[in-house]
Amino acid sequence: MAELRTEEMILNMGPQHPSTHGVLRLVLTLNGEIVEEVKPVLGYLHRCFEKHAEAMTYPQVIPYTDRMDYLNAMSNELAYVLAVEKLLGIEVPERVEYIRVIMAELQRIASHLVAIGTYGNDSGAMTPFLYCFMDREKVLELFEIVCGARMLYNYIWVGGLSHDITPEFITKTKELVKYLRPRMKMINNLLSYNKIFIERTAKIGILPPEVAINAGVSGPTLRGSGVKYDLRKSDPYSIYNKFDFDICVGTGERGVVGDCWNRYIVRAYEIEQSLRIIEQAIDSIPEGDVQSAVPKRVKPVAGESYVRTESPKGELGYYIISDGSLNPYRVKARSPSFCNISVINQISRGHMIADVVMILGSFDIVLGCIDR
Amino acid sequence: MGILNKLDNSVEQFESGNIIITSMDKLLNWSRLSSMWQMFFGLACCAIEMMATSASHYDLDRFGIIPRPSPRHVDIILISGTVTLKMATRIKRLYDEMPAPKYILSMGSCANCGGPYWEHGYHVLKGIDRIIPVDVYVPGCPPRPEALLEGLIKLQERIRNQSLAKHIA
Ligand code: SF4
Repeated sequence: MAELRTEEMILNMGPQHPSTHGVLRLVLTLNGEIVEEVKPVLGYLHRCFEKHAEAMTYPQVIPYTDRMDYLNAMSNELAYVLAVEKLLGIEVPERVEYIRVIMAELQRIASHLVAIGTYGNDSGAMTPFLYCFMDREKVLELFEIVCGARMLYNYIWVGGLSHDITPEFITKTKELVKYLRPRMKMINNLLSYNKIFIERTAKIGILPPEVAINAGVSGPTLRGSGVKYDLRKSDPYSIYNKFDFDICVGTGERGVVGDCWNRYIVRAYEIEQSLRIIEQAIDSIPEGDVQSAVPKRVKPVAGESYVRTESPKGELGYYIISDGSLNPYRVKARSPSFCNISVINQISRGHMIADVVMILGSFDIVLGCIDR
Repeated sequence: MGILNKLDNSVEQFESGNIIITSMDKLLNWSRLSSMWQMFFGLACCAIEMMATSASHYDLDRFGIIPRPSPRHVDIILISGTVTLKMATRIKRLYDEMPAPKYILSMGSCANCGGPYWEHGYHVLKGIDRIIPVDVYVPGCPPRPEALLEGLIKLQERIRNQSLAKHIA
């Protein structure tokens, strides 16, 4: 019998593809159904954040940080504002710190809900997506009460906040905490411990901790590999050291440590931890004026600052260089999604095409954050 | 029955109830506007609002709008977000692949005119209407789901009033 002629096949995935979470393009080199190489092609959503930062004044940059990672606008604002405040050397009132933490944690819940819902959707389960978005809507309602916007807030200002919170916000937040606990249990039963879902995600795309650390992977993606590293504890910023919460890591409860399921479940567990932080913070907000420390003009002296924070996606940092004028000389964002996606080639080699979708979803990337 | 309620004053029903008479235009428009399949396609922040609109709270399904992944299946495409020059060529191609009749809804300031990126965005297309014809513009950054729904209802109205003689596919 004559030898069968075989050759590699190149398959293009994206930029219009329902499960690339935006406009990511992947070029897959295939050997039959088996993936030999994955090459991400970026830049379809490049929005020149750094160029804008050069042309705007310090407060004007805040809305652009919102639009970088649009699923967690609050965390982006917080990181940028902390970096500017470090440059200015101002202390913000305690009340502001508390509200910022509450907002960042609410945003983490909203972001993780989207991650869980869309991951379910990627694996073919439409229902969790609908449930998660329903619950996310409840979180967005809270943001709407305080600042009027649903997604991109411009709420955290240099030195303060754009609006103070209202008593209605506090009662509704408490209601939300009560409401979300049983809902999370339901979503876990529906999706996380679903046999079909586990079959799809367990033992797929195993990311060993050394590889993850070398590639600069952070956030739930890193913790899924069992590394206990969370900047809220390892390098506390704002007032996170006042609260009592645990770092969730992948333990190999199902599958093995570092696989897609463990990366996914970290997010589901983190929602519970965020609820704990909110519970502790909401009852102890001190009195004060949220705009008392807002400077009339933000004009730092020449210098530089770097602040890193734990955003829902991972380590988010802003590096600002000031030349003493009203505009930043340079703002560089270290975005978590960009570093996380860099390991995709290493861990998807040898898997099926369908598994690449699951691996990609388990990173919870946002293209605005990758391309900036 | 759907068609009788929707086309009330232009439908004539015979006594026996099994035969109706209406104009071709009305019938085609009615069927087109009641099942506008949408391309499963998001660009940037506005796409998240689009997803929120199609999820249970706002529920696009009740308008007969369901997302489909392939351009071959769809009737409308929502341009939801910043269109970079790199992406613009792809959108043009996707548009060309759609079967006629096809409709475009431009969602958000970015797709309408460049939005927050109109001044310094050297790589952002300043309005999707420069490459493909747009039927409805929805302003906002991002537009609220209610605004998007309003835009879709406007699009339905537009389809209801089109005529075979005038429509250029
Ligand atoms: S219009 Fe605003 S919300 Fe929509 S894509 Fe552009 S920047 Fe994002």
